[in-house]
Amino acid sequence: MGKLKDKRWTYSINFIAICLLFITITAIFNSGVLGIRTTYIKGIATTACYTIIVVASLNLLTGFMGEFSLGHAGFMSVGAYSSAIVTNMLSDKGIPDILLFIIALLVGGLAAALTGVLVGIPTLRLRGDYLAIVTIAFAEIVRVTFCNLEITGGGRTMSGITKLSDFSWCFWAMVICITCMYMYVRSRFGRTVVAIREDYIAAAASGINVTFYKVLTFTISAFFAGIGGAMYAHYMTAMIPTNFNFSYSAELLTEVIIGGTGSLTGSIIGAAFLSSLPEVMRQFANYRMLVYSVVLLFVMIFKPSGIFGTYEFSLTGIFSKLFRKIKRRRFIR
Amino acid sequence: MSSTALFVQSLVNGLNQGAIYALIALGYTMVYGIIRMINFAHGDFIMVGSYTLFYTIPLMINVGMPAWMSVLIAIVVCTVVGITVEVVAYRPVRGAGSMTALITALAMSLFLENLAMILFGANPKSVPIIFNLPSVNIFGAKLQLNYVLTLGIGIVIMIALQLFVKNAKLGKAMRATPQDKEAATLMGINVNHIITITFGIGSALAGVAALMYCSTYPRCTTDMGSMMGLKAFIAAVFGGIGSIPGAMIGGLIVGLIEIFVKVYIAPGWYEAITYSLLIFVLIIKPSGILGKNISEKV
Repeated sequence: MGKLKDKRWTYSINFIAICLLFITITAIFNSGVLGIRTTYIKGIATTACYTIIVVASLNLLTGFMGEFSLGHAGFMSVGAYSSAIVTNMLSDKGIPDILLFIIALLVGGLAAALTGVLVGIPTLRLRGDYLAIVTIAFAEIVRVTFCNLEITGGGRTMSGITKLSDFSWCFWAMVICITCMYMYVRSRFGRTVVAIREDYIAAAASGINVTFYKVLTFTISAFFAGIGGAMYAHYMTAMIPTNFNFSYSAELLTEVIIGGTGSLTGSIIGAAFLSSLPEVMRQFANYRMLVYSVVLLFVMIFKPSGIFGTYEFSLTGIFSKLFRKIKRRRFIR
Repeated sequence: MSSTALFVQSLVNGLNQGAIYALIALGYTMVYGIIRMINFAHGDFIMVGSYTLFYTIPLMINVGMPAWMSVLIAIVVCTVVGITVEVVAYRPVRGAGSMTALITALAMSLFLENLAMILFGANPKSVPIIFNLPSVNIFGAKLQLNYVLTLGIGIVIMIALQLFVKNAKLGKAMRATPQDKEAATLMGINVNHIITITFGIGSALAGVAALMYCSTYPRCTTDMGSMMGLKAFIAAVFGGIGSIPGAMIGGLIVGLIEIFVKVYIAPGWYEAITYSLLIFVLIIKPSGILGKNISEKV
């Protein structure tokens, strides 16, 4: 009973903290402190939202399952294009925007999840390097397909997608996605996946269906990447298949690794920081990827688990630590 | 053009393309064979080689030497870059697991690409003509002699490499190292040395591949390496990674498939077909055509 109460307390504290964060950010936007740059910064914040979702979903694979995906942009593009096609069909049916947004996200997620199953199947036989190559190959196949299909613009820019990704909607969608991923990682499934990462032979020997969990994680990761892609499509309103090329996938992976493999906190902070950094320093745009690669190299040599390692930020954890300190002080007195 | 002529033309083009892939695949295969690491930066070594050619060919012509002599400079530059990358980036992470190695290679590839972008600019550069050879008519198809030359260079290098690895003392050491590092060390083989030399040879091959690529497609861009490298890697996997004849066969097959799909089936889809082929091969026979099946130890 006590444990249940504790959990409820944790959830409500976290929820209140997120609400406070949201209120602070919207207050900053609405107060006009930023002046004419408000829309611009709002745009960056929206970009950060979908980048966080995609990077965290990639971390499910890389950090928790220990397998590479160098083609995560492929999942993202599947989500982006399928959701764009669906919203284009539904846009003049008089559906309220918020509903359309949710439909778009779900369609994008489900379409990407379906391809995730397809890509997950090779994991039956492949691991490590070979699987990484398969994911690159998959992303390239997706790109070539979208370049050749008429419905996706036939290699040209697909434009005229309804603009639905508003900052506040994206923020809450991100919160829900991250919560789901966090719960997945902390659940029985997530612990199983971590066991597979640590030693898949031992995991298989203790009765875990390794293939099932791998395909499941691939599917879930692809689902969230697809949601991120759908958000991207309805924020940018125009896209071309070459946006989702190998270098974009590599950039996403870089953000995961620098943030910390196996830490969603690291992914969130890493993605938010690294997606807003280039906007802040426009004049150094050319040097961005150069700096990323050097940082990545240093991280690999000196701290291969990334900046945050497997550390997870916990608000209640910090509170209880503080209380404990206070209690201890009283005791000493 | 008659259908025979088209066929012969495609065959020649395919073999030429395949020879380029095969030469790049050799670099992948040698490195993977010795330290089990996909050297993502290998494609970018070719980019480095191509830019070297672009800048040195006018110099060569000025001095009055044949244009192809600049390949020697390209080989030296590629070797230096390759060995530097190995010593600076790959050596510190050796032994830290395949995931770390793969990410380091990726970081190195991104680094070289973006450095090139800053140094040389984003605009593609067109390389001057390297071989000024006439073309011959066979079955009504135009057979460019520099394609034949490219194929010839490729085959000669592969045979030489195969003989070197099989017979030379250094080649034997290169084969011994991946089999058992500790035992090789006990036999007096300096493992670090051997790995560096392997990188050097692989990078030198990238210099030659740059010459072959530039004589066929005379333009270089900063991102030319990554996709070409990926296809060459497919070739290496297809033939059986770690095997030198395998890389050659794989390269030729991938090149032929690509050109034939482009000409006869669907021009826009040839890349998709190459990649599907890779996935198919990996699922059916991950060790490739000539590769050995290695069962995992618990």
